[in-house]
Amino acid sequence: MTNGWVDMKNTDMMLIMGGNPAENHPCGFKWAIEAKRTRSAKMISVDPRFTRTSSVADMFCQIRAGTDIAFLGGLINYAIENNRIAKEYLVNYTNAAFVIKSDFKLPADTDGVFSGFDETKFSYDKTTWNYDAAGGPGHNAAVAGTPPGLPGSVDYDLTLQNPNCVFQLLKKHYSRYTPEIIERITGIPKEQFLKAAELYTSIRKDGDMKKAGTIIYAVGWTHHSFGTQIIRTAAMLQLLLGNVGRAGGGVNALRGHSNIQGATDMAGLFDTLPGYLKVPTPGDASFDAWMKRATPTASKPAPWDSWNYYGNTSKFTVSLMKAFYGDAATKQNDWAFDYLPKVDRDYSWTNLWNDMYNGTVKGMLAFGMNGVAIGPDSNKNIDALKKAEWLVVGEIYQDETSEFWKSPRVIAQGDMKQIQTTVYRLPCAGFAEKDGSFTNSARWLLWKNAAVPTPGDCRLDQAIVAQIFLKVRDLYKKEGGKFPDPILNLTWAYTTPQSPALSEVLKELNGKALADLEDPATKVQIKAGQQLPGFAWLKDDGTTACGNWIYSGSFTEAGNQTARRDPSDPSNMGVHPGWGWSWPANRRVLYNRASCDVEGKPWDPSRKQIWWNEGSGKWVGNDVPDFKVDSKPKDHMGPFIMNPEGVGRIFAPLAAFADGPFPEFYEPIESPIDNLFHAGRTHNPVVTKFKDADDKFGTVKEGFNVVCTTFRLTEHYHYWTKNNPMNVQLVPEPFIEMAAEMADELGIRGGEHVKISSARGDYIAKAMVTKRIKSMMIDGKKTYQIGIPFHWGYRGIAEDEGKTARTLVNALSHTAVDPNAHTPEFKGFLVKVEKV
Amino acid sequence: MQATRRDFLKFTTIGGAAAAIFGFDLQPAYAQLRVLKIARASETRSTCPYCAVGCGTIIYTIGDKAKNVTPQVVHVEGDPDHPTNRGTLCPKGASLEQDILNDRRLLKPQVRRPGGTQWEDISWDDALNEIAARIKKTRDDSFIEKDAKGVTVNRLESISWIGGCTDTNEFNYLVVKAMRALGVVHLENQARV
Repeated sequence: MTNGWVDMKNTDMMLIMGGNPAENHPCGFKWAIEAKRTRSAKMISVDPRFTRTSSVADMFCQIRAGTDIAFLGGLINYAIENNRIAKEYLVNYTNAAFVIKSDFKLPADTDGVFSGFDETKFSYDKTTWNYDAAGGPGHNAAVAGTPPGLPGSVDYDLTLQNPNCVFQLLKKHYSRYTPEIIERITGIPKEQFLKAAELYTSIRKDGDMKKAGTIIYAVGWTHHSFGTQIIRTAAMLQLLLGNVGRAGGGVNALRGHSNIQGATDMAGLFDTLPGYLKVPTPGDASFDAWMKRATPTASKPAPWDSWNYYGNTSKFTVSLMKAFYGDAATKQNDWAFDYLPKVDRDYSWTNLWNDMYNGTVKGMLAFGMNGVAIGPDSNKNIDALKKAEWLVVGEIYQDETSEFWKSPRVIAQGDMKQIQTTVYRLPCAGFAEKDGSFTNSARWLLWKNAAVPTPGDCRLDQAIVAQIFLKVRDLYKKEGGKFPDPILNLTWAYTTPQSPALSEVLKELNGKALADLEDPATKVQIKAGQQLPGFAWLKDDGTTACGNWIYSGSFTEAGNQTARRDPSDPSNMGVHPGWGWSWPANRRVLYNRASCDVEGKPWDPSRKQIWWNEGSGKWVGNDVPDFKVDSKPKDHMGPFIMNPEGVGRIFAPLAAFADGPFPEFYEPIESPIDNLFHAGRTHNPVVTKFKDADDKFGTVKEGFNVVCTTFRLTEHYHYWTKNNPMNVQLVPEPFIEMAAEMADELGIRGGEHVKISSARGDYIAKAMVTKRIKSMMIDGKKTYQIGIPFHWGYRGIAEDEGKTARTLVNALSHTAVDPNAHTPEFKGFLVKVEKV
Repeated sequence: MQATRRDFLKFTTIGGAAAAIFGFDLQPAYAQLRVLKIARASETRSTCPYCAVGCGTIIYTIGDKAKNVTPQVVHVEGDPDHPTNRGTLCPKGASLEQDILNDRRLLKPQVRRPGGTQWEDISWDDALNEIAARIKKTRDDSFIEKDAKGVTVNRLESISWIGGCTDTNEFNYLVVKAMRALGVVHLENQARV
């Protein structure tokens, strides 16, 4: 989230799409209700089903799964057409005024793709997706042999009239997203769409800037082959309306798990290192070459200033290498650059399973991760595990992944004894048995304490990983082996190496001085060995170590900041600055400089977040300024300090996104109609798909004529609470939610068993016939959607008692991957529905 | 009249009726019973492991003051001090006691051997030794020091790690450190899906 849970109470307008917080985040959703109660805030719920969120919303639109970009693009069009935009914010805090290269072309002019598309490679040459340099053509001509970069000085037009400025291109691009075409694509009637558009943009009526609107979403947006671009459309709309950086505004990912934010921050992902640093590739010949590629340079209109905070990338990275490798990382050995694996391609979730399926991945460690159930195409993942040599599962309950070899699929195929995979199942610790910090979706880190010891012969997860690693290290010490250096030199100087204290690990994440340091401006000194106060102290000369730069400040000389429990809220704006600690630098609302006008005065004097204090020459306020504290308003430094432009990107230049500088609507890989914008270009043209026997796709012609989406219940958590008697009592069995009209047509009554099939697999459960889903008119044709809660599998209380068909919902879903986030598409696919 | 605990609770729920039957109001006594239940307990501040709201919870345990006594969880409730949830919990958070005290918990290491049709018990030492040996062998068999162009890449493509959603920041960091040191690139997490 750019903002936070309690901050929702500050909002005037909520658009909740791709998420259902009333049921899935109930205790956070109270703040949305608080805004309705105390500020008369309005709420719009857009969802394939009428949910409990919809039931308390002021407006509900039933949308076809996967058509969100059409709806959001329509909102952008409506805001521009009706002048419901934040003009001063747009001109000064976004790249709306930047002029784009004249050879850049929009999909409307280039057969459904942006300029630079290569039909043979299914990828883009993004050279034209760039700003024009000030001074006219030729000023940013690429130097031969080097990839093009952003021009240092950008051409711009503050009147926003230049036909090639970002604003005019945006206007042209989304002028095609009319209420008429939105109705045909999304199934939302034109009048209803217009009502929603009028309501959401009403916060900017007559140019008033006081009100703030928030957009709230969850995995209903991310699980698509264009998920990143859905979220980007939302971010662009928020920039257009001046909602980012504002209390009660922002773009807010609800996130579905207690520490999914922390796992992302910590880079348990193939393409990043802790703190969102880019991994090195084989093209980076040295540490310096890597840093040159990974470090942006400022790109802005000449009179403006840009902090370009990622200009400090080398400080964050050298400090990370010092945390990882200590004395073994030196300037002389390029900070142990060779120790890091060089990532040459996509190794993300679906590729990982595909690589196991095809024999590259021979061993897997799965800790607290039920890989068979959680992602798309469960059957393919089971087939992949059959080919693995070994699997190590760390879990607290019997899960589908550790028992893939006795899954109903394997039993049906009768090949259990042929499966050669060795499976180790290690009993881990539950949440109450472990301390450590979680980072919630508001970026708040909160320390938790262990309440009870582990039961039976269970061990702490960190002890298991430490013991495995130390045993591997011992083997390399004794026997030698392939490139043992990074294994032998990895820092592991914890007091109890066999079970590291997590507080010591948090200290490592925060970072410490390795030599005496002094701030030249303030003369403040830090002695070697002391904890750093924050990331501003990080150096790229080897005198600091820091495991994750964005967590620097979490465990200082003053102690563990994540364990702070001062609930007070002096500003009464839900900041709670003394409760836990939030990254970065304990800021609660990101980009909060944008909560003020150009002069540094809050847009809304009744909701003051930060402001410019002329007397002290500093930015001050109720939150920690997300800005250079002594940058005067007249210097015109942009509020989006992490972008090289200093401003928000309505147009995302060059390689920012794989599939376009503006989001364009494409259909899900399985959809009931062709793309109404471009018949020959139905899908995201740069999507990744696989071509193995288990990768099948269905069409309406083959009888897969119902749109299916999956969802969560408030009574269950993922594939976990199926082991919990109370939750199983509350919702004992899986079910399939379907429209009453559809059930009538198929002769299905509520409670009868129904079989759902896709091109990949089947799912059997009872029908839950409801009016919460209705038939939709999609391009003039009656179309049905169904929704399936996904919480069941083949191990659990109900499963073990024989009360379910022991099928997995994700046996239905397909593998097609968003080219930006590498997240697969499994919230919108085609199925058949039959009475069993 | 002998009143069982069940009767006692039944009567208290009908409030005034209890006063009519017993001639006195049982509500204060019932309230006192509630206080006493957790009065001897230790409070541990924790965080709900389910969704990303991160609700504060208080885990009440009894028996952790004496030596050689294993604390027993008697109650879990929302932390009223927590600014987000203010003491509330959802149907999942409200059943956390059953997650902690659950007879379906895995309690010992197990192994399924090639071609096997059932789990076998294995000692921790044997399990960890076998796993370490497998990691080393798989790594040594397929570690890629240089790619086709002769560029040093030091990459291990044959071992993957998939991490969960309830791991602490600190655990995630230890995993990233250890896996990257091995050269693992198939490193993924619930965060992707």
